[in-house]
Amino acid sequence: MPVQCSSCACSRAVLKRPKTGHSLCKGCFFWAFEEETHRTITSARLFDRGETVAIGASGGKDSTVLAYVLKVLNERYDYGLNLLLLSVDEGITGYRDHSLEAVKRNQQQYDLPLKIVSYEELYGWTMDAIVKQVGVKNNCTFCGVFRRQALDRGAVMLNVDKICTGHNADDVAETVLMNVLRGDVARLNRCTAVSTAGGGSDGVVPRCKPLKYAYEKEIVLYAYFKKLHYFSTECVYSPNAYRGHARAFLKDLEAVRPSAIADVIHSGENLSLKEGVKMPVQGTCSRCGYISSQALCKSCVLLEGLNRGLPKLGIGKHHRLHGRILARQPLTPVEEEKMKTLEF
Amino acid sequence: MASYAVGLVFRGGAELLFDGVKDHHVTLPSQSEPWDMKQLLVWIRGNLLKERPELFVQGDSVRPGILVLINDADWELMGELEYQLQDQDNVVFISTLHGG
Repeated sequence: MPVQCSSCACSRAVLKRPKTGHSLCKGCFFWAFEEETHRTITSARLFDRGETVAIGASGGKDSTVLAYVLKVLNERYDYGLNLLLLSVDEGITGYRDHSLEAVKRNQQQYDLPLKIVSYEELYGWTMDAIVKQVGVKNNCTFCGVFRRQALDRGAVMLNVDKICTGHNADDVAETVLMNVLRGDVARLNRCTAVSTAGGGSDGVVPRCKPLKYAYEKEIVLYAYFKKLHYFSTECVYSPNAYRGHARAFLKDLEAVRPSAIADVIHSGENLSLKEGVKMPVQGTCSRCGYISSQALCKSCVLLEGLNRGLPKLGIGKHHRLHGRILARQPLTPVEEEKMKTLEF
Repeated sequence: MASYAVGLVFRGGAELLFDGVKDHHVTLPSQSEPWDMKQLLVWIRGNLLKERPELFVQGDSVRPGILVLINDADWELMGELEYQLQDQDNVVFISTLHGG
């Protein structure tokens, strides 16, 4: 009854790999997982010797495994990297305060420096306060935009050369599906990239996803068999997030055909745009200097909305109003009303 | 025929559906045929699950995104729902459905 490992044939297999269908024992699984991550890193030349790399750490399963594996590979293959943990405190009571405890434990276990940046200190708003104003339908938009910038701000404060995040294969495949469903062609074109460009004066630090090809199932089992402890609760504000639909669909697909996740990524990587498709041009925000394709970056627009009591300012397409906002001109009563409507 | 003492463990957030209790030791009632995983799931749903069954089971099986280990091995290697339980087996359910 027990299945033998298809790699070494001498130990009992403990998992069936969704990517390949191979059955592997613990030792061969650890080796395969680590070596594949190493291959992702080296083939895409994600890091250079001597660099300081911040690992976006939330205390969750992906970043916990990422921190552990990067430390192992840094030592095993002498990458010569200075690793540290960078955490963002969005101010979500009952969720982030607990997961930060997990990050602090990671810091001690892996003996890596830790920096925490908070929305409170960067923007003057916690997610708890934002949700009170915005409601539970579009709150994830605020959080995602703010966190992206918070990671960059934290990285700049620490003089870091690169950021890496724990995004896994499931995440990337979900993003491809989401961008198809929402017609976001510009993002569709970028979202499967394993690393971003950057390093200019636009406040953006290059970032990469070493776990891009790692299935979520394998990340969870790696952590389980290695006895790595992580924080595992769904964010209390996320039940209505659009990503949930893509995720449920992808999970059903995976159950029928496990290679679907890798295949969706493959489709996304090999898409090319039709000639003449209008794409946004990268510039900088006139207010804060951060990277932006509009006059005002999304972060500034969202903040302006929050600070003026117009929570819908960043939600939906209101680009024509940005010029007036920049010039600090008042909005008409009709425009203000549109910005205020909340949905709970 | 025989009774089954089975260890059930819920991790990765799945424990929230079971009043936050991660480790359970249960004795399944005797029956003439051996217990299989399919029946175990029905039993768990009826006897242990405290809320939101749709977050744990889907159709005859677990909700996609919940990993199952039987004696520390992937249940996909053991026949999934058809696996016949043995006395002192340990089954772990790990949810993957949360942020990372």
